[in-house]
Amino acid sequence: MKINTLNSGCGECQT
Amino acid sequence: MIHAYKMNGYNIIIDQNSGCVHSVDEATFDIINLYKEKSKDEIKAYIIEKYKDDPEVTPEDIDTCFGDIEALIADGRLFAEDTFEQTAAQFKKKQGVLKALCLHVAHGCNLACKYCFAGKGEYFGPKGLMSLETGKRALDFLIENSGTRKNLEVDFFGGEPLLNWEVCKKLVAYGRSREKESGKNFRFTLTTNGLLVDDDVIEFCNKEMGNVVLSLDGRKETHDRLRCFPSGKGSYDLVTEKFKRFADARNQRDYYMRGTYTHYNTDFAADVIHMADLGFKELSVEPVVCSGTEPYALRQSDLTALKEQYEILANEMLKRYRKGNGFTFYHYMIDLEAGPCIVKRISGCGVGTEYLAVTPNGELYPCHQFVGDEKFLLGDIWNGIRRADILKQFNECNIYSHKECKDCFAKLYCSGGCAANAYHSTGSVNGVYEFGCELYKKRIECAIMLKVAQAEENLKVEY
Repeated sequence: MKINTLNSGCGECQT
Repeated sequence: MIHAYKMNGYNIIIDQNSGCVHSVDEATFDIINLYKEKSKDEIKAYIIEKYKDDPEVTPEDIDTCFGDIEALIADGRLFAEDTFEQTAAQFKKKQGVLKALCLHVAHGCNLACKYCFAGKGEYFGPKGLMSLETGKRALDFLIENSGTRKNLEVDFFGGEPLLNWEVCKKLVAYGRSREKESGKNFRFTLTTNGLLVDDDVIEFCNKEMGNVVLSLDGRKETHDRLRCFPSGKGSYDLVTEKFKRFADARNQRDYYMRGTYTHYNTDFAADVIHMADLGFKELSVEPVVCSGTEPYALRQSDLTALKEQYEILANEMLKRYRKGNGFTFYHYMIDLEAGPCIVKRISGCGVGTEYLAVTPNGELYPCHQFVGDEKFLLGDIWNGIRRADILKQFNECNIYSHKECKDCFAKLYCSGGCAANAYHSTGSVNGVYEFGCELYKKRIECAIMLKVAQAEENLKVEY
């Protein structure tokens, strides 16, 4: 068998 | 909550409330799907029976798998709880600070696209160009109402903004002149049909515009059918070469080819691929938004075909990634490592709170999709907001205000969807445009499949 887990406001981000 | 699905040979688990993505084998896929419904002994018996001919699935493997699942749960990466609902309302309260304007510098257009949501660019009102003084006041209004926010955005929009190009350039200069003393950074963008693109536009945009959106629907017959002059003549041949020059001059970065697909091209993947074959690298297409009575309107019976198209497109992108000549598709650009914070995910695009549209005569609307609908006229740039009651509707708009979204795996990606689409389909900005939801969920599945494929095959997205 092979789980492969891929990954784990200021208002300044773009809108 | 988890969302488990299979696509393109991959078994994928999306953990709704942590944002974690897991790529698993067949047996683990089954185990995770049963994990909350059956006891471990029941799951083990079922898996041993189902995979009795598979030498790689042993009782010891299953026990190890249980251990891995428990570790992920303990780490908050699987079956994570939704801990955001109670704080959602207070996030939204913080958002009465403006940071972006859609500046309608022209209500008028040199094309008469049949599907234009803005009624051939005129927004069902008189034609008009924004004066320099009105534009300056709009930028002042943005600065005055942006609180401590440093990064401000202004999109030159229409109609066709290049009909008022000299004013656009002067407004950029005015914005730049105010940056230092106001402590703000302006990011200017432009959306154009391309007819008036020339060397001056390209050179100026490359210097001053953070992004340009170039309207092209794909294949010539697709584009010309609906993006035409008042005479009915298509515009594909007039804009395509200009767009190529524009994109190349920007080194194929910081622009978007932006198409619209309709009932006439439910095979829209071919249109996206056509744009890629023309050499464009940053692509996007959107479903048409219009009255259901229009002949080009998308209908429920199109949905299966449209979902297939998103998969066809994702598979084509994957093939090209493997060859090192890929392209990007706006809806498949998900950042699994450093995506938006939870505040952004809960509150969405900022319509009517952080983002407003300004008409050529200085009226304020929640966004460009509401312009011309007097019920959503908020006020103007000289006297400010007069209709706080309208703003309140948008302030209360977040994923937790839609009961339909509660158990949706995509809610922290779509942020509750487009308020304008919701309003036009249900009569409420807090409604849910179900057709759009179905497409959105499919796009997220495809986007995450591409991420899984890239991780499993160690592919780099190069173009």
